[in-house]
Amino acid sequence: MKTASPPARISHERRGSFTTISGRPINELYTPADIASLDYARDLGDPGDFPYTRGIHANGYRGKLWTMRQFAGFGTPEETNRRYKQLLKAGGTGLSVAFDLPTLMGRDPDHELSLGEVGKCGVNVTSLADMETLFNGIDLGGITTSMTINSPASMIFAMYLVVAEKQGVAWESLSGTIQNDILKEFIAQKEYIYPPRQSMRLITDVFVFCAERVPRWNTISISGYHIREAGATAAQELAFTLRDGIEYVQYGVDAGLDVDAFAPRLSFFFNSHSDFFEEIAKYRAARRIWAHVMRDRFKARNPRSWQLRFHTQTAGVSLTAQQPYNNVVRTALQAMAAVLGGTQSLHTNSLDEALALPTEEAATLALRTQQIIAHETGVANLVDPLGGSYFIEKLTSDLEEETLAYFDTIDRMGGMVPAIENGYPQREIAESAYKFQQAVEQRDKIIVGVNAFVTDEEEPIGILYIDETTAERQLANLNRLRQTRDNGRVRAALDALAEGARGSANTMPLLVEAVRAYATIGEMCDALREVWGEYEETPII
Amino acid sequence: MQKIRVIIAKPGLDGHDRGAKVIARALRDAGMEVIYTGLRQTPEQIVSAALQEDADAIGLSILSGAHLHICPRVMELLREKGLNDVLVVVGGIIPDVDIPKLNAIGIKGIFLPGTPMQEIVDFITRNTRSRVGT
Repeated sequence: MKTASPPARISHERRGSFTTISGRPINELYTPADIASLDYARDLGDPGDFPYTRGIHANGYRGKLWTMRQFAGFGTPEETNRRYKQLLKAGGTGLSVAFDLPTLMGRDPDHELSLGEVGKCGVNVTSLADMETLFNGIDLGGITTSMTINSPASMIFAMYLVVAEKQGVAWESLSGTIQNDILKEFIAQKEYIYPPRQSMRLITDVFVFCAERVPRWNTISISGYHIREAGATAAQELAFTLRDGIEYVQYGVDAGLDVDAFAPRLSFFFNSHSDFFEEIAKYRAARRIWAHVMRDRFKARNPRSWQLRFHTQTAGVSLTAQQPYNNVVRTALQAMAAVLGGTQSLHTNSLDEALALPTEEAATLALRTQQIIAHETGVANLVDPLGGSYFIEKLTSDLEEETLAYFDTIDRMGGMVPAIENGYPQREIAESAYKFQQAVEQRDKIIVGVNAFVTDEEEPIGILYIDETTAERQLANLNRLRQTRDNGRVRAALDALAEGARGSANTMPLLVEAVRAYATIGEMCDALREVWGEYEETPII
Repeated sequence: MQKIRVIIAKPGLDGHDRGAKVIARALRDAGMEVIYTGLRQTPEQIVSAALQEDADAIGLSILSGAHLHICPRVMELLREKGLNDVLVVVGGIIPDVDIPKLNAIGIKGIFLPGTPMQEIVDFITRNTRSRVGT
């Protein structure tokens, strides 16, 4: 009798490469052999235990769900104040302020570069008067506020402190976050004003000031989000962000602070891109790397200094203008990755954000996406559900290894500030961005609705239009302010600020005084521009 | 054959330069002479760069929503300097309803997110040929 020959092994594979969105080759199968060197107690630990690979809380989301913190702001302070009051009425307990470009760049609305930009990408805040309007009727002692502001972070923070003071709320009880991360501005988003070293001084001034006066405030949100959006791979996002973190801690220590006095107030902000498993592994690797950095490199003793806490935003860059409803699906999957990775808070993008700022309807759908993940899918019932997966653990270790190799390179350059001055991370990111674009052009990477499954005729969706009268109204307010305030007091406060910047005084109390006098953001930033100059990058393409 | 000379500029306060840089590199790889101005250029600086560099085309990257303020100013300054034959194209986030307004002031090439780089290369090549004379 003739025996049947064994069935031929099917060797046919789909065309195209099996790589992550970052270009990382992926094997067909992962087995125990891939994680043979992994030691559970040493490399993973239970959730809540060093090195926190599986999470910083022993019971994950069973104790508290992640914070659903949706970023919002547009037009005048009056308009945004109305939106915030609606959000709080709907049960929100936290606000997240989006500022417009003039505010982010420390320019008044009457500066020539503010042309067409006032109130467009966020709310315009020119002086304390605008900040008072923005938080009018909102008790700063009863909410937490996150403010996405970097170069003029200390000016905006000073305005927030003075509004609290006027409301009778003690600074010691204030809670919230300022992004205050200038290094990623030089690397990626490019909203810088002063040269790197002077910018770092402003940040350490905030660390020192808050350690003494505003102890519950999160002084920085060290951000990989923008690094990723600019084109970095997952490993580059992780490496540059955490190396930025090391730079900030080093500057704080060099400024004379005890590491445990400020490290527990550091927080991180990551992207959640479309490659599902790579993103989950990225968050797990981030926690493990940071725990070791803080304990072993900086000798921190407080476990809170070892624990990496982070906010996540889904990847704006992955959203397409074509077939915009597909973006709901992308965002949902990205949000799921962030939750499986153990994020502390999350912003989900709206389906229309490749076209404009979100409509209220689109923003609501984005929030509903998080609520469905939290309450319907069951993923929040247990901690780190993918821990122990051969693939996830191998990816986590690989990302850690690549990150540590980048740390070595940057350490050899003398740290992140010199690396930035040499254009190193900028070059690495530009290279990755171009490679990805070429992969899309060659259809090695598929983007549904863009280079595949294209629809000929698309029905346009309704988008949000920003009222063009915002600039006029802000300009009128500014002119009125300049006529009614005590200009002698403003001049004296700005002179004192410039004098302090020339020496080594902490700039925060000087800024608080200038804010009390109703100096504008442009005036305060100009006072420092005159002393420190402005940064100009050598563009790398 | 004379190379097509293109200015790539980021006007306004926005610093998101991923698109501008990728396009600059794609145009360079396609054989064009590319001058990237860097960030935060006023319309005056952009037009003055076009004059100095004898540019055949200007590519403006605008994502912030300021296009209806910036583009008319650039076109006006080009006319004042007698640079009527310089091709101006815009890439970025431009709402559909604004496209006819930009077309009306003489901007024919408007490239939205997701546009293949080759399409932009072809458009610039086709529309600068008479000027470059190839």
